[in-house]
Amino acid sequence: MPLDRFSRRSFLQGTAAGAAALSLGDIKLAAAQAKVTIGIVYVGPKDDFGWNQAHAVSVAALRSLPNVSIVEEENVPETAAVLKSMESMINLEGANLILATSFGYFNPFMVDAAKKYPKVTFRHAAPLWEKDKHPANAGSYFGYLDQAHYINGVAAGLATKTNKIGFVAAKPISSVLRNINSVLWGARSVNPNVTLQLIFTGDWALPVREAEAANALAGAGCDILTCHVDSPKVVIETAERRGIMSLGHNASQATLAPKGFITGAEYKWETIYRSYADDIAKGQPVPNMLAGGYEKDMVRNTAYGAGAPEAARKAADAAIADLKAGKRILKGPVKDNKGAVALPSADGYDNLDRVLDGMNFLADGVVGSIT
Amino acid sequence: MDAGLALSTVIAAMLGGAIRVTTPFLFVALGEMLTERSGRINLGLEGTLVLGAMTAYAFSYATGSPWIGVLAAGCFGFLMGTLHATICRLPGVNDIAVGIALMLFGTGIAFFFGKPYIQPTAPRLPSISLGAWTGDPRFEQALQINPLFLIGIALAIFLAWALKNTRMGLVLRVTGDSEAAARALGHPVMLIRLLATAVGGFFAGVGGAFLSLYYPGSWNEGLSSGQGLMAVALVIFARWDPIRCLYAALLFGAAGALGPALQSIGVTQGYYFFNAAPYILTLFLMIGSAGSKRALRDAPGELSLTR
Repeated sequence: MPLDRFSRRSFLQGTAAGAAALSLGDIKLAAAQAKVTIGIVYVGPKDDFGWNQAHAVSVAALRSLPNVSIVEEENVPETAAVLKSMESMINLEGANLILATSFGYFNPFMVDAAKKYPKVTFRHAAPLWEKDKHPANAGSYFGYLDQAHYINGVAAGLATKTNKIGFVAAKPISSVLRNINSVLWGARSVNPNVTLQLIFTGDWALPVREAEAANALAGAGCDILTCHVDSPKVVIETAERRGIMSLGHNASQATLAPKGFITGAEYKWETIYRSYADDIAKGQPVPNMLAGGYEKDMVRNTAYGAGAPEAARKAADAAIADLKAGKRILKGPVKDNKGAVALPSADGYDNLDRVLDGMNFLADGVVGSIT
Repeated sequence: MDAGLALSTVIAAMLGGAIRVTTPFLFVALGEMLTERSGRINLGLEGTLVLGAMTAYAFSYATGSPWIGVLAAGCFGFLMGTLHATICRLPGVNDIAVGIALMLFGTGIAFFFGKPYIQPTAPRLPSISLGAWTGDPRFEQALQINPLFLIGIALAIFLAWALKNTRMGLVLRVTGDSEAAARALGHPVMLIRLLATAVGGFFAGVGGAFLSLYYPGSWNEGLSSGQGLMAVALVIFARWDPIRCLYAALLFGAAGALGPALQSIGVTQGYYFFNAAPYILTLFLMIGSAGSKRALRDAPGELSLTR
């Protein structure tokens, strides 16, 4: 509730500014389990059913730890405003771990703050940190959500009756393309007849056009919809209204579609945040780069909904076990949807292969175009 | 997919898009038309639209009746319009600047008070199925019509008639065309403008209710994405005529459905171009119609645009 937050903040600013800004080094020496104050900044509302909610849910899971306290701020634009937010978290509330969760926070804002406050640990949710370029107290973390989208695809491949999956995407950047392709690869691993129908809306948050796209896909015969936009709420709700099934993205949307929800791709930032809190509490160095998928427990799938038939659940569970064991999704060369070979290796690719980070094609089976 | 089937899918989608997307544009455009006919511009209707969307959702959630939500949205829109007109009464105040301030104010308070309503699901407005006779599921889906859409059409026709044929319409037009003449005739100019702006706000609020309670049908902070501003521009495009406002809104809605519809049948190249179709179309129609002297002749004389 906004009111609570304002009163709390102004109270702190007014009265306890000095007390809260105690030297953190001293506390570390004094207690075996040092206090960890996490300051986390979101670019949008933290209950958006999407990216921000995924972070908020994970950081909230740490509240139960006795030595951890959390300071949050929502709707912070990717401007100098984020620098002010981070500084106030450090100076007024004693934050010793800053989590900047939006892409544009990194440079110059978080990098500058890291230089100014060398004792504070800064981490950013996109793989942008580089060893020689950026301060040592800064770093990056990231989850390979494409693995969870692959599981979405496996479940969808056995749930679909029309063999057509609809995908509403914002922009053709590599992480989006990778999620699109992964859904198709997952579906084709259990059902080679599946095609994926793709619509780009052109921007991250255009609710009316997302609804139009979802309706158009339903009209074209897709019986499962999924998306990669800021807030999947509109697409999932439209699918439910049209009486077709849906797959989630970023956070849990299960409650939005009680009849048609199959499963969803979710980040498990909790794993990363817990390890940060542990390291700081024990006075250990915090790794600069943390990234992984199922094999490191950094992504997960939403609990199956009413849309998932038994066979789909079994196949998806088996595929999750494979990913946890590090088995490859891509076992051979990969074609794009124009017939050219996009990834040539005959042995396939490791799931975390850096080559896949720059994915710039739509896989064979996707009906759509990047331009 | 063969060509005939693909074409009918696109036509169904554009028809459906026109019916689904048009309503908020129509209500905001009619509200703005009314306000501008009285000689004032209210650019704040984007804020009113967002505030209307939020209050409609909140009241629908709290009372369980979406129609109470629509009414509440209208009432808050009425208040926003009253505020605009009251500030504009003060000497030396520019209505465009006040409008921009109120746009930011409206979206700001809607975001602030709307926070607790992002997660819950409120009861939505019902729709009427008018497409059963077609026997084609795509057209049946496209002809799911919301009562507000029909009310909007009726309102456009009524306003067109009332502006032409009633005493009130005449008084409103006189006020908008020449303040001096209205004063000479003994009409309370400020009161007329206040009412026109407030009723315009009411319409815009109802347009917002459609967004959150019917299509896309949920409240979140990115809901409007500039539709209120586009609707204000549509009024100029429609040359301050209610029936032309209806055509402009329908055209805009149908063109907006073109991008997604083409991609869904496999015409995927150049989707950025098709997504921009409504704006490109509007631009060309503007260029086509601006050549004539008529455009300026139709503008109310007291607008700060034309004065």
